[in-house]
Amino acid sequence: MGSSPRRLDVPTWVVVIAVVGGLFVLLPLVAMLVRVDWADFLPLITSPSSLDALWLSLRTSVAATALCVLLGVPMATVLARVPFPGQRLVRAIVLLPLVLPPVVGGLALLFLFGRRGLLGGVLDVAFSTTAVILAQTFVALPFLVLSLEGALRTAGTRFEAVAATLGARPATVLFRVTLPLVLPALVSGAILSFARALGEFGATLTFAGSLQGVTRTLPLEIYLQRETDPDAAVALSLVLIVVAVIVVAVAHGAGEPARRRLKVTR
Amino acid sequence: MSGAAVRLRATLAERGVDVDLSVADGETVAVLGPNGAGKSTLLGMLAGLIRPDTGRATLGDDVLFDLPGSWTPPHRRGVALLAQEPLLFPHLTVRQNVEFGPRAARASRADARSVADGWLRTVGVDGFAARRPDELSGGQAQRVAVARALAAEPRLLLLDEPLSALDVAVTGDVRQTLARALDGRTAVIVSHDALDAYLLADRVIVLHDGRIVDDGPVRDVLDRPRRAFTAELTGVTLLTGRRTASGIVTDDGLSLAATVVEAAAPGDRVAAAVRPSSVRVLAAEPGTATANLISAVVTGLEPRADLVLVRTDALPALVAPSIVADLALAPGTPVTLAVSPDDLRVYPA
Repeated sequence: MGSSPRRLDVPTWVVVIAVVGGLFVLLPLVAMLVRVDWADFLPLITSPSSLDALWLSLRTSVAATALCVLLGVPMATVLARVPFPGQRLVRAIVLLPLVLPPVVGGLALLFLFGRRGLLGGVLDVAFSTTAVILAQTFVALPFLVLSLEGALRTAGTRFEAVAATLGARPATVLFRVTLPLVLPALVSGAILSFARALGEFGATLTFAGSLQGVTRTLPLEIYLQRETDPDAAVALSLVLIVVAVIVVAVAHGAGEPARRRLKVTR
Repeated sequence: MSGAAVRLRATLAERGVDVDLSVADGETVAVLGPNGAGKSTLLGMLAGLIRPDTGRATLGDDVLFDLPGSWTPPHRRGVALLAQEPLLFPHLTVRQNVEFGPRAARASRADARSVADGWLRTVGVDGFAARRPDELSGGQAQRVAVARALAAEPRLLLLDEPLSALDVAVTGDVRQTLARALDGRTAVIVSHDALDAYLLADRVIVLHDGRIVDDGPVRDVLDRPRRAFTAELTGVTLLTGRRTASGIVTDDGLSLAATVVEAAAPGDRVAAAVRPSSVRVLAAEPGTATANLISAVVTGLEPRADLVLVRTDALPALVAPSIVADLALAPGTPVTLAVSPDDLRVYPA
């Protein structure tokens, strides 16, 4: 239990490289903050096109996160708990969007859901808000599945076995034991998915296009403004960063009590 | 709680298990055996957590499994399992843990609560109902686990070494709680401690290499062991041979005076049990002696708590370290072992 108070000696050059790495992440953000035009900041981010983009991004990212949880929890549960032939292959396929260039993902979605796509006749959703949500879900889903499956495997099945011998049906075991036990992982997986959905660009542009108020999310708006109004692009970028930080902080705070509680038994 | 007799016949090649077991309604059976004998596998098969290759098991009139083909999942068996660790659900309070079984059986919130509080009182932890499991001591947590298992109203209770993970200081108390809980209940308790069998069980089964090698009332099996495995469990040394007028002549040819605890005709196969702590080690043969004297050679010395087990080519003896030093005992040392006839108990093999 508890980490030892003794500090492990790390070679100085490792610390130096680590600091360089940290600056590599931090300095670009600082550079951007320096460029923010504070005088016109509010008008810039409250222009109709900016508000449309912000509102659309929030709505679609929340919907995509919900969809990720809805699909990802059963997927992770099956991968972690049900042994079946070809499981490694299935897992590789599920994680494919993680390594696929988003533009390619968008194209693939287009060939399935587009007007002349495989399901085009039945389900033409390309270039709609639904398409934005589908594109975001497509790229964000692996984050949730990956973090949840790992947690399920680590948690093991001992508590589930006890619950079953106490007379709990499999569904009861899932909702009252399995999921509460991996709640911290579920929360952090959902945060990762939300962050990925919020930043989605390539697949959205390819599959959903860039129609103000319908498919033009914040990243698309920022990219577009960069050409005509760099100050607006910088201001919106800052908004995106602030939203992301707030969401991560709030969700992290929500997951913390559960994490603390579980640490004792782990 | 009538009609909860158990009948189990099962094989599982992967773990080398081949058992045939029955437990009467209301009977508590202790399953003893060394690690890896298949004790936990036996419980797993009854609970529905381990699937045997072949076999059939029934609880009362219900078929638990009849392979191949019929398999009742764990949640429909009415079999509760109490493990070594309490495994209390960490995200629920103590009371919610105990309510889990009744709630799973669709009891109302109020009913579940009164059942839970009743069991928490019975096992003596009713003051902790609102706490989280991580705020309990090991003994308290295991009591809650007992309450949780019983609140599910199982027709068969399985206990897998329920005391072995506990601090020695509380083992006695929790064992008493278990003894009250098991009274009149159909239960199978797995242990490697013969004390659990004496204090908790009506009958004992000895499992060795996946097979039942001994089966009978606790005192018959453990006080008069007929197999070396069984004798080891209670820490006694077993000798086998034939009955003589004064005691036993062992298969190795030792003639020993002994106390006959169960009648056997001269010439009959008998067994004799002696505790290593009753065997004394002498440097040389004393002039006069009422004890059996056995010439032996030391083959090894093993520390046992604050004593030393002196292994010889005849009987092992448990002695104080000072004796080992005084007699300069080492492998190869010739010694004389003395055993009083009062300490050597003979009974039919």
